[in-house]
Amino acid sequence: MSEKMLEVTGLTKKFGSFTAVNNLSFTVNRGEVFGFLGPNGAGKSTSMRMITNFIPATSGDVKIDGISGAEYDLQMKKKIGYLPESTPLYSDMSVEEYLKFVGELRGLKGAILKRQMEEMIDVCSLTKMLKRPVGQLSKGYKQRVGLAQAMIHEPELLILDEPISGLDPNQIVEIRELIREMGRKKTVIYSSHILPEVAATCDRILIINNGELVTIGTPDEVTRQFTGKTTFLMKIAGNSSKMKSVFQAMNEVVSVQISDENSVANLKIECNSDETFGEQLFDTVVSNGWKIRELTHYVTTLEDVFTQLTGSK
Amino acid sequence: MNSILTIMKREFHSFFISPIAYIFLTLYLVLTNFLFFQGFFIAGEASMRNYFELLPWLFLLFLPAITMRSWAEERKNKTLELLLTWPVKDSEVVFGKFLASFMFLFIALLLSVTVPISVMLIGNPDEGIMLSSYIGALFLGGSYIAIGMAVSSFTENQIVAFIGTMVILLVGNLISHEAVLASVPATVASFLMSISLESHFTSIARGVLDSRDVIFYLSVIGLALFFNTQSLESRKWE
Repeated sequence: MSEKMLEVTGLTKKFGSFTAVNNLSFTVNRGEVFGFLGPNGAGKSTSMRMITNFIPATSGDVKIDGISGAEYDLQMKKKIGYLPESTPLYSDMSVEEYLKFVGELRGLKGAILKRQMEEMIDVCSLTKMLKRPVGQLSKGYKQRVGLAQAMIHEPELLILDEPISGLDPNQIVEIRELIREMGRKKTVIYSSHILPEVAATCDRILIINNGELVTIGTPDEVTRQFTGKTTFLMKIAGNSSKMKSVFQAMNEVVSVQISDENSVANLKIECNSDETFGEQLFDTVVSNGWKIRELTHYVTTLEDVFTQLTGSK
Repeated sequence: MNSILTIMKREFHSFFISPIAYIFLTLYLVLTNFLFFQGFFIAGEASMRNYFELLPWLFLLFLPAITMRSWAEERKNKTLELLLTWPVKDSEVVFGKFLASFMFLFIALLLSVTVPISVMLIGNPDEGIMLSSYIGALFLGGSYIAIGMAVSSFTENQIVAFIGTMVILLVGNLISHEAVLASVPATVASFLMSISLESHFTSIARGVLDSRDVIFYLSVIGLALFFNTQSLESRKWE
């Protein structure tokens, strides 16, 4: 048993002259919930298709629990549970028939098949829908059937492509809970273009854009990596020209931006300090006799990082 | 092996979930019976020759309708991606799907058993010829199905699969017809005869179960299923 559940090295996919994924390398450890993040068309689905060996890589290698899919296709496939992007299901089958079908193809039979089906029906709350044709289910239920399908054989690695896209807020909460639940026992990789979603659920995240890895790390690490400085936002009534020189005279301050609005100055101050610097700023304002309207420690969110990383290029 | 059976069961079952299978069977039985008995009493001959002469053409209409969805639907609904990431071999899926359609053909032929029974009640036909004609019909239909599936695997449009299959089968039948044979050199004509889908059936339907005819159909089926598997693999080509 390898500690590294998934090992991707130099993964590249070219469609003609177009490079969909370029030299992607990362590792996912056993038991991690790993977020795969990027705007639409960044190469998330293509990467997942290569990881599941649905399409071959132009170059590079994927090892799942030490097994290479290119060499041992069937063994590798047994280790994973996969839910593709659009949740493709056989709409003419009932939920029960479908789960039985997938279970049998996964090599389960008899009492074990029955037990696994019951467990999946329970975990994914599908009891009421058993006899319904899959095609008639709501998007949220379809998603659950898709997840049940991916988990029925208790895979070591779950790969979910955009499992929460197109769901309403209640369904998102339910599916997120389900993913978190799974993450306790298994290794989960899931992709999304919704950042707070991934930040809330994942141990580590990877940001990909234009087929290339932008950054990888824990949500905290990724945020810090792109900020480093602490930022304060202030609103002060009074003469702004004097304020600039006063704040810039402080040692820790790196930059000061000021804009006037109805004789109130909006300041954005970046400094090489932590959030306690706000107290010094306050004292400075008071000792100069200015009237403070607002003082905020501005927290850079992953959202900012994401926009900054993927939008500007 | 188990995977083949699981796939076959699902595919076969799915024929009967929608009304297509029932419409197909009813239409097939009504049409064959009507066309056959229309001329049967006029001819006044206790044989099913006329019945089996129709089959290559009726199959041409009906079997592409059965096979057109086999892959086109999977491609269109993207279920193919899931199917091919389950631990099953491409060839197992292909074979399972083929068996399902073949079973369906078998049932259609089984339900037409009223025709030989009627003929036997009325007159005194050659049962040997009737039996070998039925076997020939299975081989002929099997080839049509395999070809239809191969065509379906190249498209996500069922109509394209249907018409494409019909065109191929039509050409496969027509090349052994007088009009074509008369217009080409003798060597080409004998070659065309040997690769015609219909001519081999005609010879089996005469009551001679020649190994050459059997091998021909088995080769057609094998080749078409091979192409089918290759077309699934083609996602891996550059």
